[in-house]
Amino acid sequence: MGITKRFPGVVANSDIRFSVRKGTVHALVGENGAGKSTLMKILYGMQKPDEGTIAVDGEHVTFSSPADAIARGIGMVHQHFMLADNLTVLENVVLGSEKLHGIGGGARKKIKEISDRYGLNVRPDLLVESLGVAERQRVEILKVLYRGARTLILDEPTAVLVPQEVDALFSNLRELKSEGLAVIFISHKLGEVLSVADEITVIRRGTTVGTAVPSATTPRQLAEMMVGSELPTPETAESTVTDKPVIEVDGLTVYAAGASLGAESEPTGGGLLGDLAVPGGAAKRVLDDVTFTIHAGEVMGIAGVEGNGQTELIDALIGLKNADSGTIGFLGDDITPWATRKRREKGIGYIPEDRHRHGLLLEAPLWENRILGHVTEKPNSKGVWLDIKGAQDDTRRIVEEYDVRTPGIDVTAASLSGGNQQKLIVGREMSHKPKFLIAAHPTRGVDVGAQAAIWDQIREARREGLAVLLISADLDELIGLSDTLRVIYDGRLVADADPATVTPEELGSAMTGAASGHLEHVEESAADGADDTAPEDEAR
Amino acid sequence: MKKFDKERLLLAVAGPVMALVAAILLTSVVLLASGKNPIEPYNLMLQQIGYSDVQVLIINQASMYYIAALAVALGFRMNLFNIGVDGQYRLGAVMTAVVGAHVGLPAVLQVPLLLLVAILTGAFWAGIAGVLKVTRGVSEVVATIMLNAIATSLILYLTQTNTWGVQVGNNMTTGIMKKSGWIPGIDLGSDVGEIYGLVFLAAIIGVLYWLVLNRTRFGFDLRATGESETAAAASGVDAKRMTLTAMLISGGVAGLAGLPLLLGDSHTYSLTFPEGLGFTAIGIALLGRNNPGGIALAALLWAFLDKASPALDYATPVAYQKEIATIMQGLIVFAVVISYEVVRTWGLRRQQKRVGEELAAAAIDNSEKKEVAA
Repeated sequence: MGITKRFPGVVANSDIRFSVRKGTVHALVGENGAGKSTLMKILYGMQKPDEGTIAVDGEHVTFSSPADAIARGIGMVHQHFMLADNLTVLENVVLGSEKLHGIGGGARKKIKEISDRYGLNVRPDLLVESLGVAERQRVEILKVLYRGARTLILDEPTAVLVPQEVDALFSNLRELKSEGLAVIFISHKLGEVLSVADEITVIRRGTTVGTAVPSATTPRQLAEMMVGSELPTPETAESTVTDKPVIEVDGLTVYAAGASLGAESEPTGGGLLGDLAVPGGAAKRVLDDVTFTIHAGEVMGIAGVEGNGQTELIDALIGLKNADSGTIGFLGDDITPWATRKRREKGIGYIPEDRHRHGLLLEAPLWENRILGHVTEKPNSKGVWLDIKGAQDDTRRIVEEYDVRTPGIDVTAASLSGGNQQKLIVGREMSHKPKFLIAAHPTRGVDVGAQAAIWDQIREARREGLAVLLISADLDELIGLSDTLRVIYDGRLVADADPATVTPEELGSAMTGAASGHLEHVEESAADGADDTAPEDEAR
Repeated sequence: MKKFDKERLLLAVAGPVMALVAAILLTSVVLLASGKNPIEPYNLMLQQIGYSDVQVLIINQASMYYIAALAVALGFRMNLFNIGVDGQYRLGAVMTAVVGAHVGLPAVLQVPLLLLVAILTGAFWAGIAGVLKVTRGVSEVVATIMLNAIATSLILYLTQTNTWGVQVGNNMTTGIMKKSGWIPGIDLGSDVGEIYGLVFLAAIIGVLYWLVLNRTRFGFDLRATGESETAAAASGVDAKRMTLTAMLISGGVAGLAGLPLLLGDSHTYSLTFPEGLGFTAIGIALLGRNNPGGIALAALLWAFLDKASPALDYATPVAYQKEIATIMQGLIVFAVVISYEVVRTWGLRRQQKRVGEELAAAAIDNSEKKEVAA
């Protein structure tokens, strides 16, 4: 097949190849941002590939809309359900395909038939708003089958389910495949993938890196494939860690805001362990008693599967989220009650994980983006007035020094490629001589050259006494750049490791919750880890 | 670099021009469909510009539109939709009229006092919606619409004879204001009329609007919030405080919108005081792209359509309905919303492409130079 999809500045998918056979469940795994979603959108006709072909039943096809994909028997169950709450199941199912079996008795009969055949247990006359999450998901699946799908794409289907529901879903999937349907199952939860899939394709950095058969693969091997290790290693030279604490986090706990299922962002990673759902019970702790200290000149890396509390940790540190309990100390001050602006003025730099949402004004010129986040500081303002000339001059300097490829500083940030946007952000944050830098995925979507430059800048600032919290999905980056390493799982720091000796595989197993405590290179620590990570109260 | 500036200007003008052309064409279609001459009404209206009394009417009307539209635009710049400008403006005018009728300070104090009353009243009324949004998450759209209705009832109450109302014939007024609060206009002769003195206030507000938004930290925060709430929050903008402040300022400006008429001509608030100004202002702010210069032009255009269209009814030999102008105003708003979005996305895409091309060209240049050097 060899699908390639480019976006301005980034190649989201390049040369992806895989094939799915009838009567099998084929899993696609990869870290967030690896290109899974883009691939799915292409398969479902929502986007067009720049290169490459798709074949269904040996026949080359081009989809220009999801309707074409549906006509070819491809159906998609989205991660966020697309159901109208105030309609009944029947109405939701026939909506948009009224011509198939009408909207009355015929449709009801067909729904019953599909439901019975695959054991979906869907009752057509209930209102969707009265259904639970798992039932809604089955309605979504039924909806797709109703339209005659022979290949189902399920995007992160387990993200919103509790373990028992996951088991039920898996038995549904087995029904489907025994009837000769093909299922494409997207996930980044390795345990689930291994238990349900017949074949696994691993995607990393937009391309397929390999195919695995579950019976002959361990989670560790899979993690290794997902994370990879062919990049230029970011090596830190001699240690520059001092004994001067810059940031001291003590018992930081944050509860999930509301039980908003499927609201934005990616799902939480945990949930595989045998915990019971407490419907409407205590709010989930997205950060649970997190304690750490970062010293001047120290880079602390945090490893973890995305969605295990990293976002909340960043938000709590920069002040976008309030700590529900615990304190954050910064150079001797308790900054827990400080507003974001004060934190930034006092020397906390911030490279956000989602630069489009948190780091840039996409439709504003580069020099205005240089002001963003530092509007109260020199050279951007004098008193209450903006210093436009100062900001523009400094933007030119950043563009020059950080090698931001742009024809000028008056173009909008949106017209730069992702890597150049990132260089601008790094330049901006570094220009204010931060004492503590929150670096979330500082090199995501950045080409290899720029990546090395950003690493150099972080290393140089570290030598001058900068404390860095490094959050990254790239384990090599973490191991290479960090002085100390912690692993976050389900909102807790469950393990620590010495970057000098730890291997990506060892980190990988701790990331999936399989190991905890101090990760010694000696192994065997994995066994005692699994049970003391038993989560207490989860709202999901 | 010049190229990008020029292009930006071109894009800025392209939107309104496209909208106007589309609106005129569609109006002509309407005229054709009703069996009328599709061009003549425009001629008739344009002829009106030549008369100096119409010019004065246009300028006076435009000054009020301008202030109200700035109030709307201020909200728009940070994604707040203040539909309540109408209520804020009317209530501001009533309170000013009442204070002006009952307090008699020397002019140096009286005028600032009246301006302050107008600002505070408008800000208070908008502030209710602001507080509701910040504390309880009530959509400002809903809250301000409701507040418009409440303002109407409140004004009816305030203008009753047992509160502050004074009956003149069968019209309820708030009584004639003290002379020290009157603002003299520029008298252009008895057959031409007077330009309101507060037309200059409108111009000053326009300049302040530009200055605050484009040259101050506060303005930057406000614009950043409008462009990306998440990025603004991460940059340290307190979203709640920003929302409340923007609502207060928007309401304060809205409170001033009726003053050119009140202090310059009517000197009392009565049942005939213009209603709906705040809604018209929404269209004007849209057409003016929230830019003070653009809004000025849009306000003048709107006032022109208002003031030149009555002549259509009396045109000889064939009379036209003056509602043609209203149809046109409606079509302009429609066309504006569509054409701006089209121009915006097109412009963004075009720029991305050109930046890519320039960089590619630069890269080729570099590699060629290297080859020469080697």
